[in-house]
Amino acid sequence: MKRVECPECGSEVELPADVVENEILTCDTCGIELEVVSLNPLKVALAPEEEEDWGE
Amino acid sequence: MAMEKVRVGILFSRLRLEEKLLFQAAQRRRDVELVPIDSRELILSLDERPPIDVLLDREISQSRALYALQLFEGSGVITINSFEATRIGGDKLLTSKVLHDAGVPTPAIKVAFTKESALAAIEELGYPVVLKPVDGSWGRLMAKIENRTAAEAILEHKAHLSSYYHSVFYIQEYIEKPDRDIRAYVIGDETVGAAYRVSNHWLTNAARGGWTVPCKVTPELNDLCVRAARAVGGQALAVDLMETPNGLTVHEVNCAMEFKASMAVIDAPIPDLLIDYCVRVAKERKKEEKKESVTYA
Repeated sequence: MKRVECPECGSEVELPADVVENEILTCDTCGIELEVVSLNPLKVALAPEEEEDWGE
Repeated sequence: MAMEKVRVGILFSRLRLEEKLLFQAAQRRRDVELVPIDSRELILSLDERPPIDVLLDREISQSRALYALQLFEGSGVITINSFEATRIGGDKLLTSKVLHDAGVPTPAIKVAFTKESALAAIEELGYPVVLKPVDGSWGRLMAKIENRTAAEAILEHKAHLSSYYHSVFYIQEYIEKPDRDIRAYVIGDETVGAAYRVSNHWLTNAARGGWTVPCKVTPELNDLCVRAARAVGGQALAVDLMETPNGLTVHEVNCAMEFKASMAVIDAPIPDLLIDYCVRVAKERKKEEKKESVTYA
């Protein structure tokens, strides 16, 4: 199971086995949303925040 | 001779569970070449045709989606959904208008452009009413207004919100409904699945913490949702309905539909059905193009 450090709170975030680039994850400890910006090397960043015109 | 693959572009900027499942559904098919298109890296020009046959719009930003769809369509790419359907679906007033004109039951609304006329419109409809931004989503900035005092306060606040959209006052009759609404998924000419969204709050959006339970797609529900989809001009969208004493009423149509919350209670494999639909329309287009080229050869 791959793990990465949460850039917000420093705790460990588990990645799904089939993780893909750009995938959005949630840190279970602090609840922040992260984006997998690259798989090799494995890197996450804070996911972009909601914009006014976001929706479905 | 190698099988000719359908190049399915998927436009996105936020890769949620829905997009991940769609990617995987496309990758499972030998007749599909998946072309992920991250709008954060996309550069479009007026005279270029992107190397795809069909574009599935999964863009979370309505403004980006509209401009991208217009340019992709303009270059000859099939887009699901179309620019026009996405424009209508993303605007509550336009959606109400096309549903009403198509005879699809939808809650009564009034529109006004100043605080004063909006207050008069609210009083005409009668309390409670619901005030919604015409371009809003996920239940954002929606207000249930119970009396004149609340109406005056909320209208005053809205008048000070920056976006000019907030000076379009879209007022909808409040529907007394059970503690749930229905989210149904239309792909092509069929309602492929539906779910009840249950909540103790009057807003039942999954984004607001509602939960889902199975909902049977009855002939009545199927017919109403397909008519709603046709009215908007969409090919793959989510229809939101409420149960009223007078039957079902459609209160919203969503083009870049979310289905993560509903998937657990819907049998139909929505990601696979979406990709299948994209492939079908692309193959039909190719057949027509071949026929035309033979006719003129």
